[in-house]
Order: sequence, then structure tokens, then C-alpha cells
Amino acid sequence: MASVKLKINDKNYTVEVDPKMPLLWAIRDVVGLTGTKYGCGIAQCGACTVHLDGTPVRSCSIPVTAANNKNITTIEGLSTDNSHPVQQAWIQEQVPQCGYCQSGQIMAATALLKKNPNPTDKDIDTAMQGHICRCGTYPRIRKAIKTASQLMGQKASAK
Amino acid sequence: METTISKLSRRNFIKLSGMTGAALTLGLYTEVKGEEAKIIKPDVAKSLGTELNAWISIDTSGKVTIMNHRAEMGQGAYQSVPQMIAEELEVDLNKVDIVFGVGNEKKYGSQITGGSSTVRSAYKHLCRMGATAREMLIEAAAKKWNVDNNTCYAENGNVIHKPSGRKFHYGELVEEASKIEPRQTVALKKVEDYKILRKPVPRQDTPLKTNGSAIFGIDKKLPGMLYAVIERNPRFIGKVKSFDDTAAKKIPGVKHVFTVKVDVFSSVREGVAVVADTFWNALQGRKALKVEWDDTGFAHHSTEELYAKMNEELRTKEGISYRTKGNVSSALSKATKKVEAVYETPYQSHSCMEPLNCVAHVKEDAAEIWGPIQAPGWIQDDLAKVLGLPKEKITVNMTFLGGGFGRKAFFDYTQEAALISREIKAPVQVMWTREDDTIQGPFRPGMVYQCAAGLSEGGRINSYKFKMAGQNMDHQWPGASKDSYNGSTTEGFLEAYFNSIPHFSFADLPLDSPVPVMWWRSVYSSTNGFAYESFMDELALEAGKDPLEFRREHVGEERYQLLIGKLEEVSGWKSRKKNEGFGVAITECFSSIVGEVVKVSKDANGKVKIDKVWAVMDCGWYVNPDIIKAQVEGSIIMALGAATKHATHFKDGKAVERNFDSYKMVRISETPEIEVHIMDNDEKAGGVGEPGLPPFTPALTNAIFDLTGKRIRTLPFNLEEV
Repeated sequence: MASVKLKINDKNYTVEVDPKMPLLWAIRDVVGLTGTKYGCGIAQCGACTVHLDGTPVRSCSIPVTAANNKNITTIEGLSTDNSHPVQQAWIQEQVPQCGYCQSGQIMAATALLKKNPNPTDKDIDTAMQGHICRCGTYPRIRKAIKTASQLMGQKASAK
Repeated sequence: METTISKLSRRNFIKLSGMTGAALTLGLYTEVKGEEAKIIKPDVAKSLGTELNAWISIDTSGKVTIMNHRAEMGQGAYQSVPQMIAEELEVDLNKVDIVFGVGNEKKYGSQITGGSSTVRSAYKHLCRMGATAREMLIEAAAKKWNVDNNTCYAENGNVIHKPSGRKFHYGELVEEASKIEPRQTVALKKVEDYKILRKPVPRQDTPLKTNGSAIFGIDKKLPGMLYAVIERNPRFIGKVKSFDDTAAKKIPGVKHVFTVKVDVFSSVREGVAVVADTFWNALQGRKALKVEWDDTGFAHHSTEELYAKMNEELRTKEGISYRTKGNVSSALSKATKKVEAVYETPYQSHSCMEPLNCVAHVKEDAAEIWGPIQAPGWIQDDLAKVLGLPKEKITVNMTFLGGGFGRKAFFDYTQEAALISREIKAPVQVMWTREDDTIQGPFRPGMVYQCAAGLSEGGRINSYKFKMAGQNMDHQWPGASKDSYNGSTTEGFLEAYFNSIPHFSFADLPLDSPVPVMWWRSVYSSTNGFAYESFMDELALEAGKDPLEFRREHVGEERYQLLIGKLEEVSGWKSRKKNEGFGVAITECFSSIVGEVVKVSKDANGKVKIDKVWAVMDCGWYVNPDIIKAQVEGSIIMALGAATKHATHFKDGKAVERNFDSYKMVRISETPEIEVHIMDNDEKAGGVGEPGLPPFTPALTNAIFDLTGKRIRTLPFNLEEV
């Protein structure tokens, strides 16, 4: 067992777990934040994507100890009231169907837009390629990322 | 507050809605199966010895609660059920609370969320119920004002007296309204007066799915809940010969190890369950198990053997025939031109993004479960039988489903959870890993189709003989007759084709195989459509006709003609260019007709790419055009995956593909542009969640033929290697 310090969405947690436990299960089953999902366990689908010090990672495939003392952002940390422009864009374009993969999709899109505020179709394909949506919401994800880019642009110019 | 609501119903209502005061509550009651449902109040329900299903409840603050009795797995029932009621009830959908009904078919009628049935099976009585409540509220207001009902109207949760402009909100009227007997016949709104129906009203579940707050089965937690994983017999069915749990029990957190046995149709599947304090620890315990399997009576077959058998049967047998017309054999032998072809489609896993899971808390005299469940009523029946408890002691709660596609209508995972909870006397969550979910089935059955047709002088289909080989899902159930006709043999074929072809026969050759199979989005249509509409293209070619024109000549009815006209117009079919491949296909299932056109071309490296897909959906009366568009987009992408990305193969009696590294999925970069159109007409409501899937694959392969001259008859195929 290991004692690991996790800073999730600006809140500190200390978890006593098997050091090999993937970060995903510490977030879901130990801390109790269930917005981050399990999809494949082998970093193939992206459902478990969270930000580790701002970078999108597959929480199913990194041990919890790798996140010790690092800043973790999950979907709940983006905003709980859907005020983040990416969440707003997702609602505007009515992206989710079953919704299961969308936390991961949104976290990936947020990271993309932070690095690249005006992504092209190709940039979107590259950044979102690792995320499976079985319902087939891909056309709307593409639209929503462009909408979010616009919303963020408006927000930036208003400042 | 004094109302006519009985104590029992009122308590239930309050529990249900979380409201502190309740007044007007309406439900549906069907006295005799098949007869039209009556709209009733709680007192009537009580006198009938039943509990009201409380579809609409309005409390004294005006808060409206609407029941959704069906599963929400992405297809939009959580939106469409309340959208129908809210339209007629004249309330703001954004201010309505939506609650899931628990599994109880006596109370709600069929709850099996399959066959694209939610709207088409319920729209008439759900609209009627909304309108009835509205009329009761209007009558209550008119009584209070002592004016004529006709001088009042309802709007946005209020009743307004037109001449004076006086207004009551619904909360002020519910007490009076609840004393009125519901009228069984009310005028429904005209389509042109709809405010939210047929409008792209945003889904109520969207905000829950963009901030992580939607609770899926996997997210359900109970105090003191443990986690279980199961090492199951890898050959779908079969037993445990012996197991060694010495190492497993040494893993920290592991609390119990024991065998668990569930029904898989007529067979049994046994496994060894490991229960621990976390999923991760349970999984480590499972990895440390040593299990020996007993596969007595199970053939260790391979994909090659299954398909060889199906092909052999098609060559040598006529099969079980049911839907026939004229004399197909004689007509075929006399045909000017005879065309034959064989098509093959693979076994496939459902691969919902949310792997199977279920939470159960079984006590001595009652049981409650929570999970991603498509058939809560069936599960209530099944668990009553398995646990030996009265049905009313089994509570089946539906969470949101992370995909369903038919897989979550089966009840092996719910049995596992209930049996484990009973054994450990504690609440438990059974979790399937992605590998479990991919290899264990039930699968979409693999099929082989043999088609033969004769053309007349004018290039019309005169005779059509269709034979299908593959597993009949109905044959799996205990006691099922193995020689019954598969009613799904004709699923997907246009009703208009049946009317225009003088001689036809449809037969099936059920494959006897122990591989468990189950509905997979659009069921047999998902594979039948490929055979029907590929063959239609081959016939058009032999007849020397344009594929779209050829189909037009075989559909007499206006409804089909209009759909083809629309498809032709939106896709620019007539103005297609030489270096573009165009393919068309039209299928019909679950009372909806969908036509699709795919356009392909070659990229700079000479590889085939999909440029665009046009879809025209005719589902008759509909609720929400944006949900329809989303469902058709999703159906097309799921079909693209099934056609070009994945298949489940069997080797030594086991599934080969185990996770998304070998069972590949369509990615965003492979998604073509999709344009969806909806026909506007007065036909009865048809299905939405599935009918968009079957025409895509044949439209794609027909387009590839148009571009390259290469006919694809076996799925899946690699688009990059065409």
C-alpha cells in the first residue's frame, strides 16, 4: 500500500492504495468522482482522459503514484454548472447521445483548444483520434470544437 | 391539504418526485391487453387494486414531474417521452422534472427499449394523457371563475380566461382539477399548432452529460458496497471443473471467492467470482486465480467451420419458408435473365462504451438492483425466478446507459450481481472488463445469404428467391421449437418491393450453434439490408438500368416515390461526375423507411475515400428532428464500423478479438460528412434509433462498385485495400 497525495480540481486528497492502481480507479472508487469513465483499460478509447498538470492523459494506464503531488483536472473541475465554453459548445451543438465517452472527449477538446485556439479539421482529427464514440457523435464533436473556439475567442476579445 | 389522492398513492408520489405536496396525478391503465389505455387517477388505481403509474404529476407549486418508462441509452427517450406530454400539457419542458420508471410491466406496459419502439408504441396515449390533464386544468379554472370552459385556454403552465385576461398557474388549480373525472376523448393539437413537437428542442439530458453528473450504472455507489469481477468460462457456456484461490485470497482487499452460475438462454455459464473492497483489488485477485474448465458438450468450433456449414446448407437445402407469393421456382426457370449472388456478414460484438455492470442489494425478503438496463420488466421477472422472491419484492432501477444496442436487454449480468449479493449478504457491483464485454457475447449473429432473381424482358424483377443461413435468436430459449420460421428473414426489405414482385420466396436455414446471439442495433435488418440492397444493385446492372431508377420502377406507392425523389434531389444523383462513385440503398424496418446515397472518390494515392453520405428518413409522425438527425448520423457511423473495421472471429470455441486494439472502431478522422433529411407526412410514427443503419453499407459498397467495378459481397472489408 502507498500513501499518495492527489490534488484534484484544486482540492487535496490523500489516498492509501495499491501503488500500481491506475489513477482512474483512485479518482472513481477511492475519491468518488465518477465523471471520468472506464472504457478499455489499455489507453485505446480515451474515456478516462483527465488533465495532469494541464496535459491530457489516459488515467486508466498511469499508476496513481505518477500523479503524486500533481494537479489533476477532471470533467467536474472544468465546471459543475456547464459554464466552460467547451461545455457550452457541447450543449449548443447537442453532441452527447449516450454521453458515456463525452467527459473524455471534452477534456481532450479543452486541452486542444488551450494549445491551439483555432484548430483546423486536421488538427481536430489528430487531437481527437484516440477517442472512441460508439454512438457516432464525431460530426458534432467537430462542430462543437469550432463553436467552442469561437466562444473562447469572443470571451478573450471581450476582456 | 385535502385532495382525492389516497394515502398510499400520495406517499408513493412524494417518494417518486421528491415534492412536498402533490395534487394532480394521472396515469394510464389498460384493462384488457390490446385495448386502448384509460387515463386514470390514483383513487381509481387503488379501486382496481393497482398502483398508479403516475405519468404526469403536478404539485401545488406548479412543479410538473413526467415519468419516462423507457431506458435512455443515447437514443433520446428521456427527451421524447416528456416532449410529447409537455406539448399537449402546455408546460415548459425546461421546468419539468423527468424521472425514470422502475421495472414493472404490469404498471407501465412493455418497457423493453428495443425495436425502436418508444415513440411509435406510446405516442398516441402519451399525447392524449397530456391533453387530458390540460383539459382538466382548464375545467378547474373555468369552475373557479364560473365561466364557460371554451372561454379559457392553457399556455405555459397557466390557464387564461380570454375575455378578462385573468390567469391561474397550474399549481393553483391542481386541487380542483384532481376532483374532475378525466375525459377519455380529448382533442389533440393539430401538427401546425405544435410549439415543441417536431421542433429541435435541446435534450434535457445533455447538461448532465457535459459536466460528469449523469449517473450511469457504473457510477452507482451504495454504502458498504463491494466490487466483484468474474473469471468466466471463456467458451461462453460451460462450467468450472476446479479452481485454486490460494494466491487470489492473499491479495489485499479480497474478501470472497466462489463460483457463480447464470443462465445463458438454454445453457449455463459458470465462473469464479472475486469480491473485494475496490474493483482494482478484485481484478488483481482474479488474475491470481487458477481455474480449470469443464466444456462438456460444447463444440470448440471456429469461424471457418460455422461459415462452411452455413454455405453448405444453402447449397443443399431449401430451408423453412414462410413469406411466399406466386410460383418462384417455375418463374425463375423461365426468366429471360437469371442473376445469383451470395453475401456474408460477420459475428459482431455490441461494444457499448460502458462495459456491462450492475449493482445489486439482495436481502432475505427483497432485492433491489441498479444498472444500465434495457429491459427492466424482463429483469424483474427473471430475478423473481432466480431469487425465488415475489415479483413485487424486486425493484429494478434504470440508470443512464452508456450505450445499449440490444446487449443490455439480456440479463446475465443482472443475474450475476443478484446472486453474488445474496451470497455475500452485502451490496455489490459486478463489473465486466472491456475484454469480458468483447469476448463473452451474446453477439450479432454471422449470416450468409443466397439470392437469386429472374428479370423479365423489360428489365423488371419477375421472380425473387432469398435464402438466409444463420442463427435464429428465438431458437435459443428453453423449450423453443428449432424448426420455426425466423420472422426477421424479411426484415429490411421494402414493403413496396413485395407488392411489385410477382413471384417470391423467403426462407431461412437456422444454424445450430452454441454461440449466444442477441439483438444488435436494427437486428437482422443490419445484415439483411446488405444482401437485399447489394443484390438490387446487381439486378439493376443486369437490367441495364440506373440503380436509383431501377428501384423507382419497383416501388408503386407514392410514399416510396417521394422518398426516392427526395434522395435523388438532395444527393445530386443526376449530376454526378465521371470520377465519382455513387451508391444508393433503401431499407425498411421498425415502420420507417430510410434511403441513403454514398459518394466515394479516389484520393491522391488512389485509395477509395468516402466524400459524403446523404440520408432521407421517413419515420412518419415524429417528435424531435434533431434527435432523428443524431440517430441517423450515429447509425451510419456504427454501420461504417461494422462494414469496414471489426468482426468477432472464433477459434477453438473462443472469441479472438478482446479489446479495441484488435476490435477496431471508427475514429473521428474516418467519419464522412453526413446530411440527413426528414420526410414530412401524416403517416404513423415509425422507429428512429435503428432504421438509419441498414442502408448505409450496401449504399457504400454499391458506390465502390460504381467507382471501381469491384463488387464487395463479404463483410467486413478494408476500405484502404479496395
